[in-house]
Amino acid sequence: MRRTFTVTFAAMAAFTLTGAVACSSSGTGSSAKTITVAYQKFGAFIQLDAQMKKVKGEYEKAHSGYTVKLVPIEASENDYYTKLSLMNRSASTAPDVSYEDTFLVNTDIQAGFLAPLDDYLAKWPDWSQFSDSSKTAAKALDGKTYGVPMGTDTRALWYNKDLFAKAGLPVPWQPKTWDDLLAAARTIKAKLPGVTPLNVYSGKGMGEGATMQGFEMLLYGTPNTLYDNAANKWVASSPGFVDSLNFIKTIYGEKLAPNPQDALNPNFGTSLSNDLLPGGKLAINLDGSWLSGTWLAGTGSRPWPEWSTVLGQAAMPTQKGQAPGATSMSGGWVLSVGSHAKNKQAAFDYVSLALNKENALAYDIAASQIAERADVAADMTYLNSNPTLKFFTDLVAVTHFRPAYAAYPHISDAIQVAMESVMTGQMSPQQATVAYVDQVKSAVGADKVTTG
Amino acid sequence: MTSLAPPRPPAVRAPDIAPRRTPGRRLNRFAPMVPALALLGIFFAGPMLWSVYTAFTNMALTGSSTVDFVGVDNFTRMLHDRSFLHSLQLTLIFVVGSAVIGQNTLGLLVALLLRGRSRTARSVVTGLIIAAWAVPETVAGFCWYAFLYRTGTLNALLGHLGVAQNWLYTAPMLAVIIANVWRGTAFSMLVYSAALSEIPPDVVEAASMDGASGWQRLRHITLPLIRRAIVSNLMLITLQTLAAFGLIFVMTGGGPGTASQTTPLYMYQQSFKFYQLGYGTAMALVLLAVGALFSALYLRLIRLEEA
Repeated sequence: MRRTFTVTFAAMAAFTLTGAVACSSSGTGSSAKTITVAYQKFGAFIQLDAQMKKVKGEYEKAHSGYTVKLVPIEASENDYYTKLSLMNRSASTAPDVSYEDTFLVNTDIQAGFLAPLDDYLAKWPDWSQFSDSSKTAAKALDGKTYGVPMGTDTRALWYNKDLFAKAGLPVPWQPKTWDDLLAAARTIKAKLPGVTPLNVYSGKGMGEGATMQGFEMLLYGTPNTLYDNAANKWVASSPGFVDSLNFIKTIYGEKLAPNPQDALNPNFGTSLSNDLLPGGKLAINLDGSWLSGTWLAGTGSRPWPEWSTVLGQAAMPTQKGQAPGATSMSGGWVLSVGSHAKNKQAAFDYVSLALNKENALAYDIAASQIAERADVAADMTYLNSNPTLKFFTDLVAVTHFRPAYAAYPHISDAIQVAMESVMTGQMSPQQATVAYVDQVKSAVGADKVTTG
Repeated sequence: MTSLAPPRPPAVRAPDIAPRRTPGRRLNRFAPMVPALALLGIFFAGPMLWSVYTAFTNMALTGSSTVDFVGVDNFTRMLHDRSFLHSLQLTLIFVVGSAVIGQNTLGLLVALLLRGRSRTARSVVTGLIIAAWAVPETVAGFCWYAFLYRTGTLNALLGHLGVAQNWLYTAPMLAVIIANVWRGTAFSMLVYSAALSEIPPDVVEAASMDGASGWQRLRHITLPLIRRAIVSNLMLITLQTLAAFGLIFVMTGGGPGTASQTTPLYMYQQSFKFYQLGYGTAMALVLLAVGALFSALYLRLIRLEEA
């Protein structure tokens, strides 16, 4: 009995998931008069659900005879990707409109899940409001656009002004190089025992957060990157890669960073925003623009009204202060139309309604997103909604995007493994880089790998 | 068992019906089983065959619009995949440590100790052990997580000894092995209690009359008499432990690093985090082969027929 379970473990799991999705979306399918919309709804992330319900009402009012069927997928981020892919695998369950992470868009295009939108976008006057960088977010290798961006984010340093003042450090503070950042952390360690000087997410427990908020914020401040766009190859080993790992080694080795036993716990992010930062136990945190969402009165899960006066923000410096002086990483989500949609025009109409000025404005404020539309970005309601907004929006000028190819999830995992072996002292940065090169080669093939 | 069956009414076996068995008749007799067979075929054999097929393809959850037959590529890839070989090694440690040694021995020991105890002692001890077994896997996993974590119960108890640490970080394999022993011992205990109660008391009495010591009675009387139970128990718990996923996933998630990433966890990662359904399923087939090897080994070690 148990043996058969072993045989079919993966198969069964896949079937169960398909089953679960099928249940939650019974009769999803596509018909010319019904538009199904699949998106994520999980834990504290309920803003999108509220928005979609509102847009559904508006759409059905404007297009009589049409029905919008909402399919909220209640799953954490990784499971959401999995469930959405499972829905997309069959034409009978594939949604007409789906909420897609930009780093998976290319993967899903390659799988043939999404439809190109160029013809529809050309006729949509609002498209000119979107910034050029945001238009590339869902542009595939074939040059076509497969999604309309909803909002983006950036990453930077959050620091505790009270602790800085106590340690005799200047406020406001803006480090110019990695060394400035380390110097500040060392001062805090010397002056304020019991305070963790600097957090940089690292290791597998933090998942994609470690890769993006941690490692890539370092790497993209060096002359090197993860992917060589000109050669279409992954840059596996580079001086910048080793230097970034060295930075991790330094902060965890000198105990400037949290104890790895805590930092590797998957729940570390929660204890950080709920306890360490509000409790004044952490001085500097390299994190995302959305961080304050947790502390907002009314909508946050851990209201902390003083956050805006206690915490300051500083751009992440480049390694040696080289131009442009600061760096950031951006992700973001788009709304896409499925390739199996029976009535693509109707599906696109839903997308364009959901992301018109009024709706994009409401969503960007509720979900603490950085606006992608010029008219929303200039709107006073938006600008006054959060005091950090201007700071994080300005970082868009220096931001970078992840190389969103099919192999990226693999690469991201290999980076987390490398970080973890360095932060725990199991390997030197050089050894970890060698192991990483092996991993990348096995993931994408040796002919797709180069050195920087 | 058979003696309990009611005597067959003679009328049914009327001589003019019974001897003639036409093929149509035989089909008729199977007719009531068709729905059951169909269900088994669809929900049991279907997924199994599908997974065997998938193991020889490059099926991916997303990232590719075609599914190609790739022969044994997935299996040759495994041979060179250090993470896979490492996971297999951890799986063996986990199975031998927690099932073969831990659950099996402890279950037998408890069953032996409980023999001939008072009713109260038996029900209290069995009740407690079965409670651990009855708890859902994720709940058990979380209990152990809460017990072993850095701010957990164990460290609170050991507080003044200065050895406080995150045990899931410093000794992940030991932690999941102990948790699995804790959870699974009840099953072995039940199997062995049942087997021990079948041993005729007079044999054991005769042996002690002849001056056999406690150990000699166990070695030469009890163990040979329950060898069938030992084999079936070992097989069942081995296969159960080979596929263990939830407990480890909740406690360590396979970490730190890959320190407790057994094959089922690695399979999950490949299938649902890296979207390589084909590769993940191929690993499941390998795991099946490992289970078969274990079973063959047990059958050989404890030769059933000879008894």
